[in-house]
Amino acid sequence: MSASGQFQPRRATTEPLWLRGILLTLALGFLALFLLLPLVIVFGEAFSKGWQVYLAAITEPAAAHAIKLTLIAAVIAVPCNAIFGLAASWAIAKFQFRGRQFLITLIDLPIAVSPVIAGLSLMLIFGARGWWGEWLNDHDLQVMFAVPGIVLATIFITFPYVARELIPLMQQQGREAEEAALTLGASGWQTFIRVTLPSVKWALLYGLILCNARAMGEFGAVSVVSGKIREQTNTMPLHIEILYNEYQFAAAFAVSSLLALLALLTLVLKSSLEWRAARDLAEAEACRRPE
Amino acid sequence: MSIEVRQLRKNFGDFKAVDNVSLSIQSGELTALLGPSGSGKTTLLRLIAGLEQSDSGSILFNGEDISDHHVSERGVGFVFQHYALFKHMTVAENVGFGLSVKPKKFRPSNAEIQKKVQKLLELVQLDWTADRYPSQLSGGQRQRIALARALAVEPKVLLLDEPFGALDAKVRAELRRWLRRLHDEIHVTSVFVTHDQEEALEVADRIVVMNKGRVEQDGTPEQVYDHPANPFVYEFLGTVNLFHARVRDGDKLVQPSSADLPAEAAQLEQLGLAYVRPHEIDVLHDKEEDAIAARLELITVVGPTVRLELQSQQADQIIHVELDKTRFKQLGLSVGQHTWLKPRYSRVFLGEGI
Repeated sequence: MSASGQFQPRRATTEPLWLRGILLTLALGFLALFLLLPLVIVFGEAFSKGWQVYLAAITEPAAAHAIKLTLIAAVIAVPCNAIFGLAASWAIAKFQFRGRQFLITLIDLPIAVSPVIAGLSLMLIFGARGWWGEWLNDHDLQVMFAVPGIVLATIFITFPYVARELIPLMQQQGREAEEAALTLGASGWQTFIRVTLPSVKWALLYGLILCNARAMGEFGAVSVVSGKIREQTNTMPLHIEILYNEYQFAAAFAVSSLLALLALLTLVLKSSLEWRAARDLAEAEACRRPE
Repeated sequence: MSIEVRQLRKNFGDFKAVDNVSLSIQSGELTALLGPSGSGKTTLLRLIAGLEQSDSGSILFNGEDISDHHVSERGVGFVFQHYALFKHMTVAENVGFGLSVKPKKFRPSNAEIQKKVQKLLELVQLDWTADRYPSQLSGGQRQRIALARALAVEPKVLLLDEPFGALDAKVRAELRRWLRRLHDEIHVTSVFVTHDQEEALEVADRIVVMNKGRVEQDGTPEQVYDHPANPFVYEFLGTVNLFHARVRDGDKLVQPSSADLPAEAAQLEQLGLAYVRPHEIDVLHDKEEDAIAARLELITVVGPTVRLELQSQQADQIIHVELDKTRFKQLGLSVGQHTWLKPRYSRVFLGEGI
């Protein structure tokens, strides 16, 4: 476009070159300062004391346990939210019922509310002096300051991600394809597996990737309910904080670099999936338009 | 498979979508549900398919009450206005879908499914599209694939919801003639919904005219067009001119003449409305008894027919007249000219809308 632009008279909607230059510099400068620089520093600091220190930092027992716990929390939370997200978006997009709009608002709650408050509210329910604290204690069930609490907090924080991706797509696609499958004799389950799921698969994957990234990076809510017991209830973000507070900068940045890598991977997957999900949405829109 | 609908009702909130409809459709017939938007025709079709649940009344297939049967057990083929093809499946997978979801006991082998799909694609003349995706086809092609998919499960009843509504005029005309031929070939009881009176008149064996959730008239295209049961049907099936008429001593009318009179009007002098189609009016150069003086305002030539708009000299009213080109040339009409109009035929409804 820029190559052919030289030979064409400038269009009325094109801004002068200097203005475009300033805007572009501003945007790129901002990006470099707040996004690229921290990333460079994370990796720089992580390797500042050499390979050996880096490897030791991410393989020592406390770090290994934190990585394992983070993976466990994500492995439980992501499928839970996949199922919840599918069920909620299916119900919202394909059926009309009282309280539908309220449910949509409710799904956004974890994004709207501070994670610390989410953690505290879990504490009020499951903590020793919470609503169910006594009952849980009587049955010898430990939720707070243990793995179940961390998983609960992670699920709460990440549950909007899948649903928010699916609802607009499913609403745009409407019910016709499902109705067609039903008239052809398919059962509800066959319709879901063979018609609904494939038509939203890219958006679903996209939601899962975001959900996973958020689950592994969650700090606020988990820090309230975890108790930060080393090698027991420490997740990666909590472990990093402890290392940093103990002035073990190289180790802290080494573990951070793993999360940063996850973020980079997420971005790559996200952009490719986003493109496919957007295509599905555009197709669904095109189908509804008369020719 | 005959379809019978008895006292069917369906409300959406306060809106009566289908209001006490009774209907019976003969086996092998191609029936059109015709009406303006909001007349309940699509809801009625979806009730028959089982895609909506009725509030009361019953639906019978071949005398058996199937009102409580789930949509997947009714054995209906349904064709949607926007095709509703599965866009992540190829054309062949789309057409074979209904066979592939059958319970294991009844499911044909993959080879049999493939063979049947091939046969159906030949029937709709699209056998070369088997490996393509719906997005690679045109609208008309997609709708034929949707039809093949519906036919794959050998439905007892074929239901089509505005099947040509999303297509452009030329493809629409082609496709509806094709549907008529296809129906003559396979003779499955079919019901299609349309708001296009021309489409209904051309394709259907029988037309059910609906308005505000009720059936206004039910008959062959000739009956419905030539002998509309009421003013709504008259006005919905094409352009019509309305004249105030005075019915006196049986068949004598002040205006217009030669009307088809209801029997009850025989004795009295009454006011009524006469309905006259544009092609049922003669244009005359000289005054005759009962003719209406009018001034020619507009001439529109549409292919072989000529449409005239004339200003009545007796009332503030535009009269529409349709002539064929030959007759138009014989008359040698031009805009601004004064002429006389004489209805050849009209239908009078007493006391309607006066």
